[in-house]
Amino acid sequence: MWHRKDLLGLEGLTRPELETILDRAERLKDILAQPEKKRTTLRGRSVLTLFFEASTRTRTSFEMAGKFLSADLTSISPSTSSAQKGETLLDTARNLEAMGFDLVVMRHQFSGAPQFLAERLAAHVINAGDGLHEHPTQGLLDMMTIREKKGRLDGLQVAIIGDIAHSRVARSDLWGLRAMGAQVRLAGPATMLPDDLSAFGVDTFTRPEEALEGADVVMMLRVQLERQQRGLFPTPHEYSRFWGLTPERLRLAKPDALVMHPGPLNRGLEIPTEVADGDQSVILEQVTNGVAVRMACLTLLLGVDDK
Amino acid sequence: MKSWRELPLPEVLVIRGGRVLDPASGLDDVADVVVEEGVIRRVGPDAGEGYARRAGEEGGRIRVLDARGLVVTPGLIDMHVHLREPGQDYKEDIASGTRAAACGGFTAVAAMPNTQPVIDTLPLVEFVRTQAERHGAARVYPIGAVTKGSQGQELAPIGEMAEGGATAFSDDGHPVATAELMRLALLYAGQFGRVVIDHCEEKSLTQGGSMHRGRVSTLLGLHGMPSTGEDIAVARNLMLAEETGNRLHIAHLSTGRSLELVRQAKARGVQVTCEVTPHHLVLTDESLEQHRYDTNYKMSPPLRPAEDVEALRRGLADGTIDCIATDHAPHHADDKEVPFPEAAFGIVGLETALGLVLTHLVQPGVLSLSQAIAALSLAPARILGVPGGTLAEGAPGDITVIDPAALWTVDPSQFASRGRNTPFGGLRLTGRAVHTVVGGRLVMENGELNI
Repeated sequence: MWHRKDLLGLEGLTRPELETILDRAERLKDILAQPEKKRTTLRGRSVLTLFFEASTRTRTSFEMAGKFLSADLTSISPSTSSAQKGETLLDTARNLEAMGFDLVVMRHQFSGAPQFLAERLAAHVINAGDGLHEHPTQGLLDMMTIREKKGRLDGLQVAIIGDIAHSRVARSDLWGLRAMGAQVRLAGPATMLPDDLSAFGVDTFTRPEEALEGADVVMMLRVQLERQQRGLFPTPHEYSRFWGLTPERLRLAKPDALVMHPGPLNRGLEIPTEVADGDQSVILEQVTNGVAVRMACLTLLLGVDDK
Repeated sequence: MKSWRELPLPEVLVIRGGRVLDPASGLDDVADVVVEEGVIRRVGPDAGEGYARRAGEEGGRIRVLDARGLVVTPGLIDMHVHLREPGQDYKEDIASGTRAAACGGFTAVAAMPNTQPVIDTLPLVEFVRTQAERHGAARVYPIGAVTKGSQGQELAPIGEMAEGGATAFSDDGHPVATAELMRLALLYAGQFGRVVIDHCEEKSLTQGGSMHRGRVSTLLGLHGMPSTGEDIAVARNLMLAEETGNRLHIAHLSTGRSLELVRQAKARGVQVTCEVTPHHLVLTDESLEQHRYDTNYKMSPPLRPAEDVEALRRGLADGTIDCIATDHAPHHADDKEVPFPEAAFGIVGLETALGLVLTHLVQPGVLSLSQAIAALSLAPARILGVPGGTLAEGAPGDITVIDPAALWTVDPSQFASRGRNTPFGGLRLTGRAVHTVVGGRLVMENGELNI
């Protein structure tokens, strides 16, 4: 049920494809509960994490996923790479090809950069976040977490709140959740809502209350503080007052609604501590599931059975 | 490389029996065109019969081209090209760019000044003219910068450059940012009888953008360049042209709203003209949904939605848009084979313009052939105030002979231009130039350059 060379985004993935990944991730999650977290599934396979943009969580998560499955891991980050010396992405691609990596996990500040690499490499490419475009493994770990807690995705109401325009997480969540039959509502300041979202079949709101009403899942997005300098919102205080997930606002959602966040948290800005650490929060389960989802993606793309 | 001036000049060149289209006079009939010593002498049915009879006897002095089944038009003029010389000859130079022009049926081009250095002084204008005289395969009309270095701070010596042969002034690529400087530029260039060409873009709205802002940019996660980024600059410039009473030419109009603003301004008598590129008449931003992150679809202004394309086609048909210009922007693969946001803006256009216009505008009946030819010859000649654009007696012998039925496939590897950056590679087109005559000399003959 998996024929793709690369995982560049969740847009266009079919429900059976998404289910293949999620089912495999659920099985592989068992490894994390074992005292000896090691399988030989990816022994002899070389995996490169190539991060042109800073990341701790995603990169570590991919590296753990690779290590648990015995892949040979190499890391390149911008500070140590020749990107600093002005090497073009095309040359980087050619060099990686020459080194013969089997799979490259790539994060880049420009939308479409992983596709650029994928078109030029025989190696498999996993997009670990590109510009404003997609962050497919984040979308998958969100879906896995929701499915685990709610038993399904079909028919659920998912509210995503924050800086939608600049969020690759929102885009991946949107495509993945919709393909699985969930309904997505988006809310954020008007200055942070992209154009023509209605064309993608989602409801958008400027007030979070409208998106929260009766929601099964509430996904809060991280506010990038540099957006304030660009004039997209006036002050953190005002942001938290109108768009933060206060306990009062959360009560508009279903009583058993899940609270999610891709991290890192801005405590007190988009999410207050009492909600982030509250009973409804599954934020740390998301992180755990991230490792499982990435193990699933590595094995599927490399065409290795997960047994 | 040779210049078109070094090609043999037939004493008499007779183009026989073609459908002769001269929008300036309204002529559209089967006729002969007789060019003597590089100047058009006679146009009329069988005007060249006597010469044709004597051609055999008088050796090479008389050249006869059989144009039966072909269309004979004034030499095409592209008033918006980037020849990249001086400074960026790895992308293009005057020799290669004018060869691309001749291949595309253009006998003259107006060269934008955003070279390295920017053409902002008399010696630099003279350099462009000299290079064109030495190596050009078509006429080159230099465009001077509006401001020094196109920095948008102080006016460049427009008077001296005008005297030295700059036909128009533009900070293309670096639109004149402040309204006051634009006002001054219009006044100042106007007194020398020169038009100011502006690439209308309000940068605060388009900064960081790499495609039209809309559904597709949201889908691809690319920063957008909204239509208002163009419309606001167009509105500003129109008001300044109206206030100063000086001539303004708007480069590569791309939105329906801007078109409407121009239409209203023209109705009020504002001295404004505008151009549209073939690609803005043929492609929409949805091309990027299909060809994701393909940098051959990255240009400024960006490809717009279908409604805009429809409006531009109507605007060209009803005369609100004066001319078609390619914004020929050759780039090296190094500038294009990079992630989309990093890629250079622009595509080459000289060798595909005529085929695109004939196939996608004339064939479906959006424009008459005569309208299309006027938009590619007479109109730009009038806007720039240069000779040509007509087959009238005494006009320079700049002539394009077109095979309207020629079926061909765009093959960028065969371009005379150094730029291969086109989204039209592989496209089947109908109609192309077969002979390009500059000053009575056959620069391209039967689809092959003589130079």
